[in-house]
Amino acid sequence: MTTANARPPTPAQPTSATPPPDAALPLDAAPALDQAPALDAAPALDQTPALDAAPAPDPTPPPDPIPPPDPAPPPIHDGHPADPVNPDPDPGPENRPVVLQLTDVVKTFPGVRALDGVQLEVRAGEVHCLLGQNGAGKSTLIKVLAGVHLADEGSISWLGEPFAPTSPQAAMRAGIATIYQELDLVDELSVAENAFLGHEPHLLGFNRRRLMAYETKKILTRLGHPEIAARRLVRTLPAAGKQVVSMARALSHDARLIVMDEPSAVLAHDEVANLFRIIRELTAQGIAVIYISHRLEEIREIGDRVTVLKDGRTTAANLPARGTPTRDLVSRMTGRTIEYVFPQRTAGRQEHDQPLLEVADLTREGEFADVSLNVHKGEIVGIAGLVGSGRSELLETIFGARRADSGTVTVRGRRVTSVGAAVKAGIGMAPEERKSQALLLDEPVYRNMTLASFAGFAHVGFTNTAGEKAAAGAVADQLELRPRDVARPVRTLSGGNQQKVVVGRWLLGGTRLLLLDEPTRGVDVGARAELYQVIHDLAAGGVGVLLVSSEVPEVLGLSDRVLVMREGRMVHEAPAAELDEATVLDLVMAGSLLEGEPA
Amino acid sequence: MTTETAADKTTATETKALRQTEGLLRNLGLVGVLVVLVIIGIVTRPELYGDATWVRTNVFTILQQASAIGVVTVGMTFVIIGGGIDLSVGAIIAIAGVWSTTVATQSYGAAGMIFTALVVGIVVGLINGILISYGRLVPFIATLAMMVAARGLAAQISGKQTQVSGNATINGIATTKILGIPLLVVILAVVVAAGWVLLNRTTFGRRTVAVGGNPEAARLAGINVRRHTVLLYALSGLCCGLAAIMLTSQATSAQAAMANLYELDAIAAAIIGGTLLSGGRGTIVGALFGVLVFSTITNLFAINNLSTEVQNMVKGAIIVAAVLVQQFRYRSLTQLLKR
Repeated sequence: MTTANARPPTPAQPTSATPPPDAALPLDAAPALDQAPALDAAPALDQTPALDAAPAPDPTPPPDPIPPPDPAPPPIHDGHPADPVNPDPDPGPENRPVVLQLTDVVKTFPGVRALDGVQLEVRAGEVHCLLGQNGAGKSTLIKVLAGVHLADEGSISWLGEPFAPTSPQAAMRAGIATIYQELDLVDELSVAENAFLGHEPHLLGFNRRRLMAYETKKILTRLGHPEIAARRLVRTLPAAGKQVVSMARALSHDARLIVMDEPSAVLAHDEVANLFRIIRELTAQGIAVIYISHRLEEIREIGDRVTVLKDGRTTAANLPARGTPTRDLVSRMTGRTIEYVFPQRTAGRQEHDQPLLEVADLTREGEFADVSLNVHKGEIVGIAGLVGSGRSELLETIFGARRADSGTVTVRGRRVTSVGAAVKAGIGMAPEERKSQALLLDEPVYRNMTLASFAGFAHVGFTNTAGEKAAAGAVADQLELRPRDVARPVRTLSGGNQQKVVVGRWLLGGTRLLLLDEPTRGVDVGARAELYQVIHDLAAGGVGVLLVSSEVPEVLGLSDRVLVMREGRMVHEAPAAELDEATVLDLVMAGSLLEGEPA
Repeated sequence: MTTETAADKTTATETKALRQTEGLLRNLGLVGVLVVLVIIGIVTRPELYGDATWVRTNVFTILQQASAIGVVTVGMTFVIIGGGIDLSVGAIIAIAGVWSTTVATQSYGAAGMIFTALVVGIVVGLINGILISYGRLVPFIATLAMMVAARGLAAQISGKQTQVSGNATINGIATTKILGIPLLVVILAVVVAAGWVLLNRTTFGRRTVAVGGNPEAARLAGINVRRHTVLLYALSGLCCGLAAIMLTSQATSAQAAMANLYELDAIAAAIIGGTLLSGGRGTIVGALFGVLVFSTITNLFAINNLSTEVQNMVKGAIIVAAVLVQQFRYRSLTQLLKR
């Protein structure tokens, strides 16, 4: 993610306009997955739904010179929102000029083809929704538009001109503003200073504070929030207010396209309504919005058209947001992908009178509530849920790294309330953020592996380096660590091998229960399959595994039993065999499938 | 597959060699600085360096001057590797020195004085550690406060008077020689050796690196980060208590202003010895060389009768140069390893 711009285009891999669903399967030598694409978790994809399958947008060359409706500042609606219920008396979205057009955009990172032929067409004054699972390429796409990454292949046209921003500033200047999920505001500056950050109006180097405050006031009024004082410190604003400031910043740059990455994730229900009102105001002024959300009902309410991404490709473009049945939308997002090749499960859970782990009514205020679950010996339990559903917090609380407000965690009959007790009881955890939470990057592999167990190797306080190296070497062999050199600094390893080091740490400690938080994040395809095999082998050896992943196929493919978590609560539990991707995805995204839908 | 493992092996030996080279280079660089300083001494005062007895005495003078600050630097190195900083070392020395030389303490004899100095050092270190670990104060702030407060207490106890040590055993430490080597130098050698073993061969040292390198990872691996942090500051306090006795012995007295600015010298020595200020990496041997470089400079200026002002300017320049060189070398080496 961090590696930004200027990567030379990959050697020509001509992305045909309509790539076959799974072009090249046999990608690389991942050991132990000889059995062909066996699992085929998704019944949905194979029979592609009948609605217009054209992945590429109609190539109507936009002849119009595309001036957005009115470059002059629109009249300020003071106070009353301009009738949000009927948004436009103007011609339908299909008649508005196209402002942004992406054709066959490709972006590769080492080991990952994050974007693999994306098509996208955005018209002036529309709310264009982007839909796709985690890892589908939405974030990368946003970053390409925002000037953080440079596309390797394909063309982007913006207002009729070829567009390749090399920096976020360039994208901003061109009129594309991005509002990230974690708002990039400076807490200790005022609303006005944030709105004009980086391009403050000035005279001979002195900020023109009054002018800035005045302009900010105008913009806030335009956004329907004249009550926010321009001088107020951003720190004192609630989340919804901060979002308004982010939008004010976009408008201060005269943005004609605003990209919003899950803007509703941080908002309460009534605040979402307000956000939608603002979005309608913006689109009424001819500004285009790209709206990303996992919540289908929001997309139905605010969206005009939908583009669906899967595995870095556009699987459906320009579907009507309201008219498309949920089933079709979900089926476009799902399906077996080359990234998930799961080893056959050799052993199931081993029945015991007592579960290895028992969690009862565990609650942490504002994070999760009344969670009860158990894990048996040799069982793999998967928790599916979106980022922010409380899953990582739950795992850390089980591990004793966070203090529970109420409820109990019991491992083999013993209560666990601290990390020390958890480790003693035989729990190990591979946390979500490998580098910041698990590894000493400059230390050698073997010391990272023995971080939880070096005291066990030691004799009266003196470390036994030779013993540690030997033990770490054995684990490295077992996990097929590459390179196999345990004296190498962990920093020099690939993401997948770093993860193996973290898992290996707990193997050395004789762990009976492993908590895995996003075990394959930032791991390339081949190493993923190896990690899956490792997890299965562990379970076969009697270790209980509780894993969290935002990638639904991973949860389904790995687990024996699946728990679905949404907004801090367990909403469903079932054996993995009885669930399919669409169902889980739907449960994760607020159960719209179960409600009435347009047929 | 087989070819791959063979290739792995060659890179493994290569990287190992590179890593060893890095350690060697770092210390060699400081040895190089020392050699240059000695050469400057020879060039500026050839008549002195012609006299073998003088050279021998001078070497011991340098080492003796380095002894107390060297002991403090060992403790400081542990604290910095563990992700902290201790600005109060000079003040701890002052309070330990003053407390151990009060009339009441002196009545218990040499053992009582030594015991008092060490306990006072440990206790003040523990207070630092507890404030930082459990009170969640930033190390900089907590030890800055202690630096001010401990000196204040030392002045209070001593009534701003210089307290003369009447104890012959204590005063004799500075003049005793073992096999011709001053006892102070022997103490320094023992502390450095113990520090090296503690850092590189014990679980305590391993925890120190882990806690400083990535506290969150250490915590999630079951290491009691808070307790270890407290122990690190207590260790630093212990070193200060020992240094207080050594300084008292050298001066045959203690006072509230003793060991002034030792914190800066100790931090600087640790840093030019290759200890990362952000924690997680550092060496005891490097820190020792850092101390020796500083005391050699002091000596060089003394034998040439030059002012301390110039001396401080040179010290500052050496600190900057050492850190710049290390950063450059570290970057290029990691790039080599990454390849």
